[in-house]
Amino acid sequence: MRNGARAVEEAIRKANERGEAALIPFIEGADPSLEVTAELLWALEEAGADVIELGFPFSDPLADGPIIQEAAQRALKNRPTLSDFLALVENLRQKGFKTPIVIMGYLNPFYRFGLENFAKQAQKAGLNGAIIPDLPLEEAKPWLKIARRYQLAAVMLAAPTTPPERLARIAQNSSGFLYYVSVTGITGARNKLPEDLALKLDLARELSPVPVGVGFGISRPEQVAHLANFADAIVVGSAIVKIIAAHLKKPASLVKAVRDFVTELKAATKR
Amino acid sequence: MALPDKRGHFGPFGGRYVPETLMPALFELEEAYRRFKRDRTFKKELDFYLKTYVGRPTPLYPARKLAATLGGHLKIYLKREDLTHTGAHKINNTLGQVLLAQKMGKKRIIAETGAGQHGVATATAAALVGLECVVYMGAKDTVRQEMNVFRMELLGAKVVPVYSGTQTLKDAINEAIRDWVTNVETTHYVIGSVVGPHPYPMMVRDFQSVIGRETRRQILQSEGRLPDILIACVGGGSNAMGFFFPFVNDQSVQMIGVEAAGAGLDTDKHSATLTVGEPGVLHGMLTYLLQDQVGQIKGAHSVAPGLDYPGVGPEHAFFKETGRATYVAVDDQEALAAFRLLSETEGIIPALESAHAVAYLVKIAPKLPPNTIVVVNLSGRGDKDVAAVREYLKGKGDA
Repeated sequence: MRNGARAVEEAIRKANERGEAALIPFIEGADPSLEVTAELLWALEEAGADVIELGFPFSDPLADGPIIQEAAQRALKNRPTLSDFLALVENLRQKGFKTPIVIMGYLNPFYRFGLENFAKQAQKAGLNGAIIPDLPLEEAKPWLKIARRYQLAAVMLAAPTTPPERLARIAQNSSGFLYYVSVTGITGARNKLPEDLALKLDLARELSPVPVGVGFGISRPEQVAHLANFADAIVVGSAIVKIIAAHLKKPASLVKAVRDFVTELKAATKR
Repeated sequence: MALPDKRGHFGPFGGRYVPETLMPALFELEEAYRRFKRDRTFKKELDFYLKTYVGRPTPLYPARKLAATLGGHLKIYLKREDLTHTGAHKINNTLGQVLLAQKMGKKRIIAETGAGQHGVATATAAALVGLECVVYMGAKDTVRQEMNVFRMELLGAKVVPVYSGTQTLKDAINEAIRDWVTNVETTHYVIGSVVGPHPYPMMVRDFQSVIGRETRRQILQSEGRLPDILIACVGGGSNAMGFFFPFVNDQSVQMIGVEAAGAGLDTDKHSATLTVGEPGVLHGMLTYLLQDQVGQIKGAHSVAPGLDYPGVGPEHAFFKETGRATYVAVDDQEALAAFRLLSETEGIIPALESAHAVAYLVKIAPKLPPNTIVVVNLSGRGDKDVAAVREYLKGKGDA
C-alpha cells in the first residue's frame, strides 16, 4: 500500500531539489463535468503540476470568493458524490496517473460519508490526502488519527492571524505540507499580496517540519516567480477556475487553455 | 457540569468548525466575553439599557381568554417579548454583543439577517452605541422584506444583498463569515441566534437567558410554583434557549421546542431540523442539519421567515439527545390558525414564529390535566407579518 502523505511531501521536496517551488494547481471537481475533470487532471500533470488540489463542491463554501463559489454551484448541478470522486481517482491511477492528488472540501460531506470510511476508500483509490478548511486544529483530532492510520496527508492550514506558537503546533500536526493562507480573507485573485508575506513564510518554514505551501490570492506568473523564493509550494486556484468558467461555451479549447496557463505558472516556479 | 465544555462542546455537538483565520478571533472573543461577564460595570450598563431602552422586565401575562377558549382547565401565561423595543427578543442579544464589541475596541459591526428582525435589532444597537453597521441579507429576502431593509437603512446600517446559493439566511451567514474572515481585526460579527462556532451559542444563550430568569421570578410570584410546561418556537433557537436555560435544572419543568413543519414534513418545504434532520457541520458548529444524502445543505421553508434555517443551535441538539427538551413541529396552516386565534381572543397579534408555539399549545391543550401551568414564550410581535398573512388569506379566499 502506497503512503499517500509521503508521496505529497516527496513531490514537493523533489521540485525543491530541482531548484523550483512545487506548483499545486486547484480545480473544482465536476466543474463543468466529471469527464472534463478527468481531462483537466491529465492536462495538469502534463503541464508539470507537482501536486494537484481537487475541490469537492459544497453548498456553503464559506472560505471561498465568488469565482470558486460559482464553480461549486456549477459542479453541484451534476450532483457529485465522494464515491464518484474516489472512482475517478482510482481510474486515473489504473491508467498510470502519477501526480499526487489531495482533495479539498468542507467537512460536512466527509462527515456524512464517515471520516474512517472515506480514508479507507481514499487509500484504496490512490487519493493522497485531504485539505478541510473548516476543520481547525482544536476539532481535527479524530481526523488526524484516521489520516495517520491510512497514511493520508492531512493538510492543515495556518493564516496571517495565527500566532507563531500556534503555527508551530498546527505544522507539527500537518502532513504532506502546511497550507499557509497568504491573506486575511477568502480565496480569489489579489492585485497585491501582503508586504510581510515573505517574512511570514520564512517564519512558517522555520517552524514547520513539513514543506510550506502558500495559497489564496495568487493568480499571475510574476507572483509565482516572486513567491518561489519564499515557499516550498505554491497553490493557484481561482485564476485557473476563472479560465474554466471563461471557456464553458468553448469546451474544445478549455483543456488547452488550462494546460497553457499552468505550464506558464510552472515555468515561473524556477528559483 | 456546566456546558459547554472548554472547547465549546455540548456533548458531541457545538465546537468551532471555522477557517483557521477566525480561530484567534474566537479565542479573543471568548476571553473578552468571560471577562466582561464578570465585570460589574459592564453588567450595570447592560442592565441599564435593558431596563430603560429595551423595556425590561417584560410582563408575564395570564392569558385567561385563551385559556377559556382552550377548555378552561389550564393556566396559560405568555412571556411578552413582543413588547420589547424593536418588537422581539432579538434585541436582548444584539445589545449585549454590541456593547461587548465596543469594549473590545471594535469599530465595525456586521450581522446576517433572514427576515430582517435580527438585522433591525443589530442596526438599532449599533446606532445606540455608535458603531458602523453592515447587514448581510439574502437577495430574495431583501425583496420579501423590503420594509425591514428600509428600517435598517433608517437606523444608519448598510444592507448588502447576497446573491449566492439560495439567496436566503444561510447564504447571508456565509457572506457575513466571509466579511469577518477578511476584516476580523476591526470587526465584530453579531450572530443572531444560539448558532455558529463557540463561544456564540453560549454567549447568545446567556444574553437571552434574561427571558427565562424573569419568567422564573414572575411565575413564582404569581403562582407560587414553577410552571409545568414551557413552549417556545425554534428556528436557530435563541428565544427558546434563553427561555429554557434558567429552568434546565428544574426537572419538573417540561420544555418543548416547536419547529416549523412548513408545507409538511413529508415535503421538501419545512424547517424541522431537529425533528427530521441529521447531524452534520455547518456555520462553525456540529448540530442537526437539513441535508441531502451526500451532505449538501438543503434550503429551509416556513411561513415564518425567522424559522427558515437549515440548522439549529447545538445545545438544542444536545437537549434532544439527552431528552431534556422535546422537539415537535407544527405546519404553516396550524401556525396561521394560531396567529388568528391569539389576535381574536387576546388582542395580541403574535409574530408568525411565536404563533408556532401557540399552535402547539392549542394542539396539546385537550390532553393536559387541569391546572397545568403552561408558559408560552411570545418571542415577537406580528406587525411585520400582517401584510404577508393578508396575502396568504386572500389566496385562500378567506379575507
